Amino acid sequence: MDIILQQLVNGLSLGSVYGLIAIGYTMVYGIIGMINFAHGDVYMVSAYVTAIAIALLSFFGIESFPVVILGTLIFTIFVTGVYGWVIERVAYRPLRGSSRLSILISAIGMSLILQNYVQLSQGAKQQGVPTLLSGAIRFEVGDGFVQLTYMKLFILCASFIGMGVLTYIIQKTKLGRMCRATQQDPKMASILGIDTDKIISTVFVIGATMAALAGVLVTLDYGGFDFYVGFIIGIKAFTAAVLGGIGSLPGAMLGGIILGLSEALFAGLISSDYKDVFSFSLLVIILIFRPSGLLGKPEVEKV
Amino acid sequence: MSQTMTNIDYKKSIIDAVIAGLLALIVFGPIVGIVLDGYDFNAEPQRLIGIIAVVMAGRFVASVFFQTPKGAAFLYKHSSKDDGVHVLAADHKSKLRWIIPLTIVIALLVPFVASKYILTVVILGLIYVLLGLGLNIVVGLAGLLDLGFVGFYAIGAYGLALGYEYLGLGFWSMLPIAAIIAAIFGAILGFPVLRMHGDYLAIVTLGFGEIIRLVLTNWTEVTQGPNGMNAPLPSFFGMEFKRRASEGHVPFHEFFGIPYSSAYKYIFIYLVLLLVVLGVLYVKKRLTKMPIGRAWEALREDEIACRSLGLNHVLVKLSAFMIGASTGGLAGVFFATYQGFVNPSSFTFFESALILAIVVLGGMGSTLGVVIAAFVLTVAPELLREFADYRVLAFGMLMVLMMIWKPRGLVRMTRTGVEQREGNVK
Repeated sequence: MDIILQQLVNGLSLGSVYGLIAIGYTMVYGIIGMINFAHGDVYMVSAYVTAIAIALLSFFGIESFPVVILGTLIFTIFVTGVYGWVIERVAYRPLRGSSRLSILISAIGMSLILQNYVQLSQGAKQQGVPTLLSGAIRFEVGDGFVQLTYMKLFILCASFIGMGVLTYIIQKTKLGRMCRATQQDPKMASILGIDTDKIISTVFVIGATMAALAGVLVTLDYGGFDFYVGFIIGIKAFTAAVLGGIGSLPGAMLGGIILGLSEALFAGLISSDYKDVFSFSLLVIILIFRPSGLLGKPEVEKV
Repeated sequence: MSQTMTNIDYKKSIIDAVIAGLLALIVFGPIVGIVLDGYDFNAEPQRLIGIIAVVMAGRFVASVFFQTPKGAAFLYKHSSKDDGVHVLAADHKSKLRWIIPLTIVIALLVPFVASKYILTVVILGLIYVLLGLGLNIVVGLAGLLDLGFVGFYAIGAYGLALGYEYLGLGFWSMLPIAAIIAAIFGAILGFPVLRMHGDYLAIVTLGFGEIIRLVLTNWTEVTQGPNGMNAPLPSFFGMEFKRRASEGHVPFHEFFGIPYSSAYKYIFIYLVLLLVVLGVLYVKKRLTKMPIGRAWEALREDEIACRSLGLNHVLVKLSAFMIGASTGGLAGVFFATYQGFVNPSSFTFFESALILAIVVLGGMGSTLGVVIAAFVLTVAPELLREFADYRVLAFGMLMVLMMIWKPRGLVRMTRTGVEQREGNVK
């Protein structure tokens, strides 16, 4: 019993992170109808920037936890946001209007560039960050106990705040309205005076900042990462986006949490060696039986 | 001349360059300028300044160039997307009629002239030609983006190793069996993904390739996990290419009474591989002329139109998947026997991306282009060892630039047109 509860706690924090990254996939898919293949690598870059930010702050003698975490968040989100903008500019904008295959291949190229560029500049070895927040809350459950580390609690709070702010922006602000209009009908939106190019850039930047938030949280929690982490977590976040219904924001969050929970349970109860196989198989099964996901609208084929 | 000079707005170019420089500072600053060293870091400002200088100079030159009439013409030329197949006149005589036999003769002479090292590099190149041809059927002709192609390659390679370990099957029996197994896996993968298109397909196939690699890594009781397995060498009518043959066999060099050389096995693998590549090239050439090949291309260009015209898209897509997969399986068998050893680390996503880069660079659907690209992308990094670290970066840039500049690859796919026969009913 305590194992299951413990795995649920772990899965919840993992799932909220998947949800954050899934937002990047879902928003880009909603607006230009394609998968941003380089999104997982944007997450990977943010992990490196997090470690660099922490190293820089400690170099300048800043040690207090709230300042370090706030500084790291601001720095990482800013740098990663610029990455999102540059990636859109280089790999996607010149290809606007060409075939989906071309755009996808260009995106794969971008993903290879990011991975190899980070590997060449930072070396292939595993990197790490020091533990900033330790300690845990323990609950007695039956014979054993379940522990909720402060870091996991922090992840949950930070990711729900991030999602809340984003939902507010999309639902209530003018920028959000323009995003939704472009998502619904880009041609019509541009006729009505919305600069759709700018909105698409903005969407890439928003996706990147959410990936950056996830990158900071996961890096602080696990400590270790290398230039390859974006690949697996990217596919899982994509699975989450598809599970929730790609194109739908609440779907991304829901999908992330469901995936995180089921993966943690699978790892805890059946086999942790095959937990990635489980996620990939889940993706295939969802796509076969419910391609529009839990909260998505069915895709209409246009001639 | 002076007229064109006055048209260039240098102020705009300088602003462009400064903006590009600032962006480069933000993007490259943390990753390139600061190198992590444990929890500490080393600053590397000279690398950063170099990159920013290159970016600013490049942006300035590009900005000025695109304002000249030449640059504008260049932009115009490449903003129009050249889609479709180039159709030649019906009586077109290709220069390839002479080049192909000449290439085959040269290729047959290679093993007797080249050193053992060059031979191994060329074998690797040929294996990638095979992989490129296989993926070219799926991506180039049928337009189905398969990012898990390395899975079939792994099935072929592990098929040989597992067949040898558990069933005692050798190279020759596994060659067709591995191709059939890979084709069956192609069909298994093909069925569920038939309902998807484009991007979903890409991600699912990617997942498929990863599942295969993860199973090979984790199923240690059967595949010996990350340690890998031994694969057998090919034999020539039962004669082995070893110094001392195993029980009941005669070594190749003793039978012919020639001195032992470790190069014999590579020469043999090379010749067999060359025959298989030529066979696949021929089959592919025939297939593109047959209704099935034309159906692949029609489906690539417009699936809905094809289905409304009554084309059985399930059969057409499945056939592309299966033929592509079986070619990948063949390549895997050759890879395993060439290395004498397989382990899961040879079958990562990067391999799939490399094969895709071959297809993209060579020209989707173009056979000649794929053959050339396979050699360029696999042999060049071997010969230029000091640039080997940069090859993934180069592949990535190549894929982005090619898609912007020439989305159909360097060598355009061509087909010969059909002419009305004399004496037909008017």
